[in-house]
Amino acid sequence: MSDLAAAPAAARPNLNGLWVAPPLIVLALSFLYPLALIARSAVLGETGAPDWSGVLATLDSRPFLNALLNTGEIAVASTAGCLALGLALALILAFVPFPGAPLAARLIDTFIALPTFLITLAFTFLYGSAGILNGALTQGFGLAEPPVHFLYSAWGVILAEVTVYSPFVLRPLLAAFSLIDQSQIEVAGLLGARPWRIVRSVILPAALPAAIAGGSLCLLLTVNEFGIVLFIGAKGVITLPLLIYDKAIQESDYQAACVIAIVNVALSLGLFGLYRVAARRLGG
Amino acid sequence: MTAAALGDGRTATQDLVRAGAASTVGFDKVSVAYRGAVVLKPLTLEVAAGEILAMIGPSGSGKTTALRAVAGFVRPVSGRIRVGGTDVTDLPPYERGLAMVVQNYALFPHMRVADNVAFGLRARGAARTLIESRVDDALGVVGMRTFRKRYPRELSGGQQQRVAIARALAVRPRVLLLDEPLSALDAQIRRSMVEEIARLHADLPDLTILYVTHDQSEALTLADRIAILKDGALCAVGRTADLYRRPPNRFAAEFLGRANLLPVVIEDDRSVGGMVAVRAGADRLLVAGDGAPAGTRRLLCVRPQHLTLTAELGYSNRIGGRLRQVHWQGELTHLVAEVGDSLVRIVATRLPALPERGGAVDMFFAPGDASLIPEEAGV
Repeated sequence: MSDLAAAPAAARPNLNGLWVAPPLIVLALSFLYPLALIARSAVLGETGAPDWSGVLATLDSRPFLNALLNTGEIAVASTAGCLALGLALALILAFVPFPGAPLAARLIDTFIALPTFLITLAFTFLYGSAGILNGALTQGFGLAEPPVHFLYSAWGVILAEVTVYSPFVLRPLLAAFSLIDQSQIEVAGLLGARPWRIVRSVILPAALPAAIAGGSLCLLLTVNEFGIVLFIGAKGVITLPLLIYDKAIQESDYQAACVIAIVNVALSLGLFGLYRVAARRLGG
Repeated sequence: MTAAALGDGRTATQDLVRAGAASTVGFDKVSVAYRGAVVLKPLTLEVAAGEILAMIGPSGSGKTTALRAVAGFVRPVSGRIRVGGTDVTDLPPYERGLAMVVQNYALFPHMRVADNVAFGLRARGAARTLIESRVDDALGVVGMRTFRKRYPRELSGGQQQRVAIARALAVRPRVLLLDEPLSALDAQIRRSMVEEIARLHADLPDLTILYVTHDQSEALTLADRIAILKDGALCAVGRTADLYRRPPNRFAAEFLGRANLLPVVIEDDRSVGGMVAVRAGADRLLVAGDGAPAGTRRLLCVRPQHLTLTAELGYSNRIGGRLRQVHWQGELTHLVAEVGDSLVRIVATRLPALPERGGAVDMFFAPGDASLIPEEAGV
């Protein structure tokens, strides 16, 4: 009996490992192969031979360094803004009881579904040279020129990105807040803690992994943001994605575009790696 | 916790006693409603300073709501709450000077044990040296000094509950609120923790404790007085032993100790040594009278463990019935007998032989172990 049962089981090959093949093939065709082509184009010059001097020239160029700096500054500032706004909104929605809180949360969520250019377009109508704010100010004070110009600077980009990406912080924070044991908050209050101490000592530590996850996602998305920067067209505000577009489409300098693209990808994967490490250490 | 473990905590306990300001708690017609639905009907109740008052009742009876009203977590729709003579009804929780221990401990998971215990002191702006000594004292009281660097996740349920108690005691509250503090523990640890809380209160006689539980044995063991709530209303209140021996109504009798209730009629209201004669079916019994005249219908309340199957000295009352169930459980034997239309439960500690099911059985009890309660329904 035992022999009969054991023999067929031993002969059957284990094919479970093959399940990994389809996703690997899809990943290779849709990401790794195009990435390899970009990497190849970054290294090869017009003659088809490796051209390291071209790579170094691009990496050492003023436009690239400025774009790298702009990208970092805007991404960090936007992420900080998203964290501040997302945290404030999440605290209000989760802990300040008001009848429309769930509806407000859903409305804020819809920002995730909207195309980024729409927010930018709305900002143009609100804060642009011919927007409502400037129109009201010029008419109200009899000014010859519109007084508000921030939209066409890095601040305009940051404001638009904060508006678009704050829900990516808000949503995980709301989920984390919903998991906090209400009795911890109540006991803390009875022990003498005022609301801000409860937020600082009880709520935020519990929500830290969610804040890091949301913030990291914002950082990744803002590093790679293209539509908002392009649509606002702020003078002198060139980020890495916009520089890639300029090099490839405006200047037809594909090698430089590919070099910058590789840097952009490396930056994104590096940030993602940091996020994973942080999330693992914090138990997120 | 062993006596040895308590050794280093005795001095600290005395410190806590000295610092504890005995406070009363007063409910003055306190009513609570959620979205128009009244969950606590006007409650008037006084808790004396240094007293343990247990509030018991089934789910939805309003006991936890009453406690949350004292804590300031729910706002009464009417009535006032006083702590130590001060009206705290309109004060936020952080200004009430209370502390609470809840069922799931509510320890802060990202803080070590010492930081958990220090939390309330830091929140109240205590000096660093005071915090250190108070944390040490409070952890000593509950025998958890050696665990001060652990995180809550590294402790057992019983240890976490001790830390929660230490955290509450560290702020030297005017009143300690305990909301089903032992419900999450298994039976053995629960028994041990009940003894610990009893010992703690013996060491802290000035500490007023409001203890909410659905477990009558916890209430009977710990409480100086018990308040029984039902459907959002106070059903009975009294000293623990009195309430157990002389429950004022049917619900109190059944909820606290699952008393047997037999319908009887007062046959002779001429009191002899406080006793009157009542008739239960064919049996004539002598029990403590309640002042009602002859002919009044009453319920005879007698506890299962006060009934015996053998006539012993002083057990002069006899009820005849028929045995329906016999459950031997080692030290105890649970029996159920049919008396008229009623079922009577008996808990016997020693029986020479297990009686046969279906046979006639005589049950005896002492006149002083029974009481009469009104027959009204629904209370």
